Amino acid sequence: MTTGAIRRTTEWRSWGRVDRGEHFVATPGYRADVIDAFQSFADASQSTLAVGLGRSYGDSGLNVGNGLINMGGVDRLMAFDDERGVLRAEAGASVWDILEFAVPRGYFLPTTPGTRFVTLGGAIANDVHGKNHHSAGTIGCHIERICLLRSDRGVVEIAADKEPELFAATIAGLGLTGVILWADLKLTRIPSSVVAVETTPFENLNEFYERAKATGDKAEHTVAWVDCLASGDSLGRGLFTAADWDEKAATRKIARPGGLTAPFETPSFLLNRLTIAAFNEFYYRLGRMRAGRTTLAYDKFHYPLDGVREWNRLYGPRGFYQYQSVIPPKDAAEATREMLRAISKEGDGSFLAVLKTFGARRSPGLLSFPMEGTTLALDFPNRGEKTLQLFATLDKIVMDAGGRLYPAKDGRIPPGVFHASYPHAEKFAEHIDPQLSSTFWERVKRT
Amino acid sequence: MNSSSTQRPRKVLILGALSGVAEATARAMARDGAELALVARNEEKLAAVAKDLELRGAGKVVTAVDDLASGEDVAVRMRGFSDLLGGIDTIFLFYGVLGDQDEADRDSTEVRRIIDINFTSAAEWMTAGVDHLENSAHEKPAIVVASSVAGDRGRRSNYAYGAAKGGLSVFAQGLAHRMAATGKTRVCVAKLGFVKTAMTAHLDRSGPLWAEPETVAEALVRALDKGGPIIYVPGFWRFIMLAVRATPAFVFNKVNL
Repeated sequence: MTTGAIRRTTEWRSWGRVDRGEHFVATPGYRADVIDAFQSFADASQSTLAVGLGRSYGDSGLNVGNGLINMGGVDRLMAFDDERGVLRAEAGASVWDILEFAVPRGYFLPTTPGTRFVTLGGAIANDVHGKNHHSAGTIGCHIERICLLRSDRGVVEIAADKEPELFAATIAGLGLTGVILWADLKLTRIPSSVVAVETTPFENLNEFYERAKATGDKAEHTVAWVDCLASGDSLGRGLFTAADWDEKAATRKIARPGGLTAPFETPSFLLNRLTIAAFNEFYYRLGRMRAGRTTLAYDKFHYPLDGVREWNRLYGPRGFYQYQSVIPPKDAAEATREMLRAISKEGDGSFLAVLKTFGARRSPGLLSFPMEGTTLALDFPNRGEKTLQLFATLDKIVMDAGGRLYPAKDGRIPPGVFHASYPHAEKFAEHIDPQLSSTFWERVKRT
Repeated sequence: MNSSSTQRPRKVLILGALSGVAEATARAMARDGAELALVARNEEKLAAVAKDLELRGAGKVVTAVDDLASGEDVAVRMRGFSDLLGGIDTIFLFYGVLGDQDEADRDSTEVRRIIDINFTSAAEWMTAGVDHLENSAHEKPAIVVASSVAGDRGRRSNYAYGAAKGGLSVFAQGLAHRMAATGKTRVCVAKLGFVKTAMTAHLDRSGPLWAEPETVAEALVRALDKGGPIIYVPGFWRFIMLAVRATPAFVFNKVNL
């Protein structure tokens, strides 16, 4: 059922819900309709951005005042190469669609973000990573071919050996190098759909690094939750999780996302230092109590937040920011300590602070975020100027240590910080489709 | 779960296979290993949907390009669709047009188009379909027709569409009555509320009344085995429409619907 309908709406928001505005949204059902929608935005002199399930936290998934092509309906699986484990799927196919196909056949995504509600196109545009970054790299390391719709060239297929520069610009390209129509993803074999998990508490940041070093590459998946409000001797305490696919389990069961939806926005007054500190304290103690070995269905390990739909509303009507940085190994420990100190001092921490060591495997993506070092990701309720000031402090620590921030999580990175930490940004800009843009790019681009 | 756990997977004919609800329903059937025959007008889109359904678990997928709104040789064409799968035991009828009521107010040919597609042709396909289903080997063949809550009360913004869907609902109800007495085929008409599909992409779709195609699809698959002959999807629409029908005209006339 083709309709050329383009709807004017203020409903489309970033996942953090701080950034919003009016958009003109096309909702194609088929690839041919995407081409039509792209053309009609061009005819209306509106810039365009293809979007998926809207999990980008900041303004990289917005194009305020202009056009969006919602790719959610263009979500078909197209082909599977059984011998090589390569799946071709339309850009709107979600991690969930891919898992539903792959898991019963004994495959998994080579690496997965922490939610199933991410499209293949979005995963490529942000070059997402997962808990196995140290072994698998980013998703971009496993994309073999991409079909792009360009306003100046029409439909083009690119790969590492076919227009390699455009290919490298498209991976982590924030959707700006062309509308991704489909892509080939090389899946990975799994022995079962169960992970064997070992959780170990650590009392402070030093212990985290000891634990991370001791574990090294021995576990495929590692991640740590950190209590970002603990201070003094406990600064950086948390829970370290190491996991591997369970060779002994025989199940290959697909797990359906839970049906819980956050029922309302948490009133702002409930989000304060006291409640957040209490939550962190509770979570840490609970984790310590439950520490040890266990086995979990893959969804409980990889997608714990998928259990509650629209959890982003829990941060209240003003929304929230996410701040994710990576610091190269040399200064990682010291810079991370400094950041945690600043956050704990400010007292405006988050429920979910995540610490992880990235490995050395490099993505082909010119604007790819991960690099070898330590990544720290935190949510902050939006308290306006106060929050932004804390971010300025953190920015300085990150920049001094030669680190960078993740555009997918951002809604405010200063252009200078962006360009200083992404040296390939100018080279990337040469490959941008003149018809495409985003609020993020309008904010940081050099004219 | 549907009857596929006790029987072999269903052989399903989907009339109008390219709509959002149709595709979601086909995916739900594919997960259970059903064999599917897809009919619609656009060959390229049919091919994309068919391949996807194969990968999602369908036992077999065949397609036919056909303009279902045309009423010529319906019985012969029905046999042709059925032969593609070597017989069918299940039919979903999804195709339809919303039409343009403003246009219909001015021009009676739009009225005819809306009613011909949504009612006349659909009634013919159901009549021809039931004959096939009665001959199938399946114990409980079923035909599920997508209708609309718009058929429960005429309103100025879409009464031609509403009339056609209302007529279709009554037709299906009557066919279900006939089958209850003389046949084995289940006939069920599903009155759909607001669904987030391409057909409604131009509307403001916020609020609790809007359902995802997947939710609707689950209800339609369930309808193959139980409930009916008239179901509302999602179920709360039964109560909304009860209230809408009970509203006195002097009040209803003041509401811009």
